[in-house]
Amino acid sequence: MQQIPDVIRQIPLNNYVWFSTALFCIGIIGVLTRRNAIIIFMSVELMLNAANLLLAAFSSYKSDPTGQVFVFFIMAVAAAEVAVGLAIIVMIYRNIQSIDVGILNKLKW
Amino acid sequence: MNAIIALSLFGITNLFLGFLNNRKILLPATLLFVLIAFGLNLADWNHEYYWFHNMLKTNNLSINFTSIILVATALVVAISRGFGNDEEHTHPAEYYGILLFSVVGAIMMVTFQSLFMLFVGIEILSVAMYVLTGSDKRNLRSNEAALKYFLMGSFATGIMLFGIALVYGATGSFDINGIGNMVNQAKLQDIMLNPYGPILYGGIILIFVGLLFKISAAPFHFWTPDVYDGAPSIFTAFMSTVVKTAGVAATYRLLSISFPAVYGLWGNPLVYITCLTLFIGNITAVYQQSFKRMLAYSSISHAGYLLITVLAKTPTTNSSILFYSLAYSIATISAFAVLMVVSEAQSKSGKPDESFTALNGLATNNPFLAFVLTVSMLSLAGIPLTAGFFGKFFIFADAFSNVSSLFKTIAVVAILMSTVGIYYYFKPIIAAYLKKGDLEKIELSPIYKLTLIITTALTILLGIAPDLVKNIF
Repeated sequence: MQQIPDVIRQIPLNNYVWFSTALFCIGIIGVLTRRNAIIIFMSVELMLNAANLLLAAFSSYKSDPTGQVFVFFIMAVAAAEVAVGLAIIVMIYRNIQSIDVGILNKLKW
Repeated sequence: MNAIIALSLFGITNLFLGFLNNRKILLPATLLFVLIAFGLNLADWNHEYYWFHNMLKTNNLSINFTSIILVATALVVAISRGFGNDEEHTHPAEYYGILLFSVVGAIMMVTFQSLFMLFVGIEILSVAMYVLTGSDKRNLRSNEAALKYFLMGSFATGIMLFGIALVYGATGSFDINGIGNMVNQAKLQDIMLNPYGPILYGGIILIFVGLLFKISAAPFHFWTPDVYDGAPSIFTAFMSTVVKTAGVAATYRLLSISFPAVYGLWGNPLVYITCLTLFIGNITAVYQQSFKRMLAYSSISHAGYLLITVLAKTPTTNSSILFYSLAYSIATISAFAVLMVVSEAQSKSGKPDESFTALNGLATNNPFLAFVLTVSMLSLAGIPLTAGFFGKFFIFADAFSNVSSLFKTIAVVAILMSTVGIYYYFKPIIAAYLKKGDLEKIELSPIYKLTLIITTALTILLGIAPDLVKNIF
């Protein structure tokens, strides 16, 4: 069986860097332009996954496992964040029956 | 770093104490836990230890920062009054537990040796604070603050993570000393010919965008006033002291250990960010009608003062940051303590009144509270004979001792802005002493009164004899 780092190395490193940069930019644009809290949240997750992909690619090119360990840390922490974030969104939905961030203007931006 | 282990266990213990159906025990227990952690933290004094496979490193600087964080936490716990008597809607055991967990995150942020721990520390601190910000579940302002804090905080984390990934790609290391060595070597060659140069630079910039978000420096400050305004006051006090101190400490640690070799890259942008932060924080604070919101803007401006000395990189920077954080933390906590009791006494239809007018006539029936408020405001404004004066003095002295003429410009901007500060910090004092109001006498619990006496006494003591603490730092 072929080793996974070898499979990853069949694609040039530059492609990984550009691809994850593109994902990251899509995430940022999503956060800045969308009004739905869930979609904003999804865009944030996209940014985290861009970082994950980049770490995995760098780590196999450098034959250094610490980068992949970092990916596990990010996944675990992102799961914790999802739990808290969805709870906050549900709490808001119970109070105002909407999750459009535009309605939340009790405090001035 | 036994304090981290102890605090995690104490946090869990606190959650179980919630089963006892005795709310009175929680506050003293939490206070005791924080004091034990303080003792454990001091046990490592004058030693340099690596912990957990080089993940954390303690030295005197980090122990000092940890001490400031724990002192601020103890003071915040002492003024929490058990989170009220509303049996159904408040959950003090959970609040105290989460508070202790977030302190674990803050300690990791000031002692990290690997970027792993920087990330995990920031996340532990932030996730705990998202929950506490939204803890007033039925209040729409608190909900909104929690959502804004959560979305903006995780956005900043995403940016910082991408930066960490890029820096890892360029240097092949997560260890801050290792990164520092690689950056030094890269500097010897021409950085732009190095294939990893642009990746390294991009990564450093993204990490700093993420960190500046956390310490709410302009132009990344826009979430701060809303979140500080909407969160319950006690957690705002915690956020503006502990979270800010930890964020500044993390930024300083990373800048001074990993990236001094590329000062040219981050030095100049950070100078403009500092000036902008001072300007926006102070000028916008002038226009606020709400005392709490004014304190939020003042916390932005204090982030600006702290950034000056982070940038100036003089031998005395360590002690200046520590002294300023301490002075700022105790003054802010006593201001919030006064705000909390007064706004509840003045509440209209169940909602606390947090505007300046709520303070009108405070001095007639509550001379003690008015005095505490005055001392804390004078300290935040930087008037002599208070700790805040020496905090600002040390920072300006650092800026002037730097050879670069740029720092003289920043120092002049900062001095001008602190005179603007005097205007808005005197508003609550004027309201308390000169305006007429019908505020009744407010009864304070003994521990609350004791905390206010301690913070006020410390502020004055450090204003008269700053060397008492300055020599330790």
